[in-house]
Amino acid sequence: MRFRFTETAIDTESARREIIDPGAGGYVSFEGWVRDHNEGQDVTRLEYEAFQALALKEGDRILTEALSRFPIKHALCIHRVGSLDLTDMAVWVGVSAAHRGEAFDACRFIIDEVKHRVPLWKKEHYRSGNSGWVNCERCAEPPQHLHDHDHDHDHHHGHDAA
Amino acid sequence: MISAPAVYGLILAGGKSSRMHRDKAALVYQGRSQLDRAFELAARHVDKVFVSVRANQAAESTRADKPLIIDSVEGEGPIVGIRSALAAAPDVAWLVIACDLPFLSAAALEQLLAERDPGAFATAYRSTFDGLPEPLCTIWEPSAAAALTAFLAAGGHCPRKFLIRHGARLLRARDRHALDNINTPEEYARAHDALAGTLANPMQLTIQYFALMREQAGRSEETLETAAATPADLFTELTARYGFTLSREQLKVAVNSEFADWSRKLASGDSVVFIPPVAGG
Repeated sequence: MRFRFTETAIDTESARREIIDPGAGGYVSFEGWVRDHNEGQDVTRLEYEAFQALALKEGDRILTEALSRFPIKHALCIHRVGSLDLTDMAVWVGVSAAHRGEAFDACRFIIDEVKHRVPLWKKEHYRSGNSGWVNCERCAEPPQHLHDHDHDHDHHHGHDAA
Repeated sequence: MISAPAVYGLILAGGKSSRMHRDKAALVYQGRSQLDRAFELAARHVDKVFVSVRANQAAESTRADKPLIIDSVEGEGPIVGIRSALAAAPDVAWLVIACDLPFLSAAALEQLLAERDPGAFATAYRSTFDGLPEPLCTIWEPSAAAALTAFLAAGGHCPRKFLIRHGARLLRARDRHALDNINTPEEYARAHDALAGTLANPMQLTIQYFALMREQAGRSEETLETAAATPADLFTELTARYGFTLSREQLKVAVNSEFADWSRKLASGDSVVFIPPVAGG
């Protein structure tokens, strides 16, 4: 059970099979999708780039933390890198557990931690022709606002499929 | 469209070094005279390099083995050397470098040449102290010759005043210390020691760049020799070179693919990554 990256479409069916467990009463998944707008701009596509050597370690640490904090069976997270179009799936999180409450909590915990801790970056391309690295460009002056911005466009609001 | 004139190098070694009480061109850093260092640096960027001297300096030993341009016009100060070079080769532009810039870097010359405007009389850096043009690490275009003659004829001798009056393409130096000049024995001692430190403990580090940092550095990886003792020092050095817009407070740093403190001691062979604000999901 490892955090991993893929350069092609996430195969959710085979990912789901990896966390099936006879002791699990169910599973919760989260899919993050590429949305057509962010902070007032029309987004046409995204590029994801990761510092994989460290991102894989940090992603694994998050999954390990989830397994120790919540009574769950398995947890898995797969993130896309490269160029993505609107509606493409950027990230998938799956958690299996004996009971649904822990599965929901652990899934939420994992996606939140991944967004804040894993060294990977998203470049948005806008209809205007401009582009920008999310959290890096408009926050160049006041560092204390960095995390606020991250929450502002939290993808749970935009493309929460769970 | 006519192509821009070729660029030759001109090292100004005709100064009187009055405040230094010693010939600045002959001052030694890292085991070599400043004249040799400036000459070799320029020669890596342009096809031909000459040394500007007064007539009575032509046989002096530091200068004698170099291709010389001897002052050929009347007047005072470095502007005489610049005008003499434009007279010696009227169809080329001159990358003019003073002999008191021990920290001058390849990066600074690259930026000057890359952002040169052949349509202006000159392309120069703005001083980091007062915002005015720095005339002694400047590309002087052939089109400036006539105006320089008139300026000299009117008693002008300060090339900075000339650039202010006639306008020049002015650049913001990404390498902020490249033009730190030295005029006194105390400044020489400090520069000598700083450069000796660079030579004594050069570490080889690999730097990987991602996302905005990669775009601003213009590369995804490099190996470089540095005397930076910590990631914080290295970030300062590389910000001077690449003009990173994010401040250190906004970044994290990884050494050998693990998060690290900014004050961690670096060792030769370490790989360093500056981590801009992340945005997964």
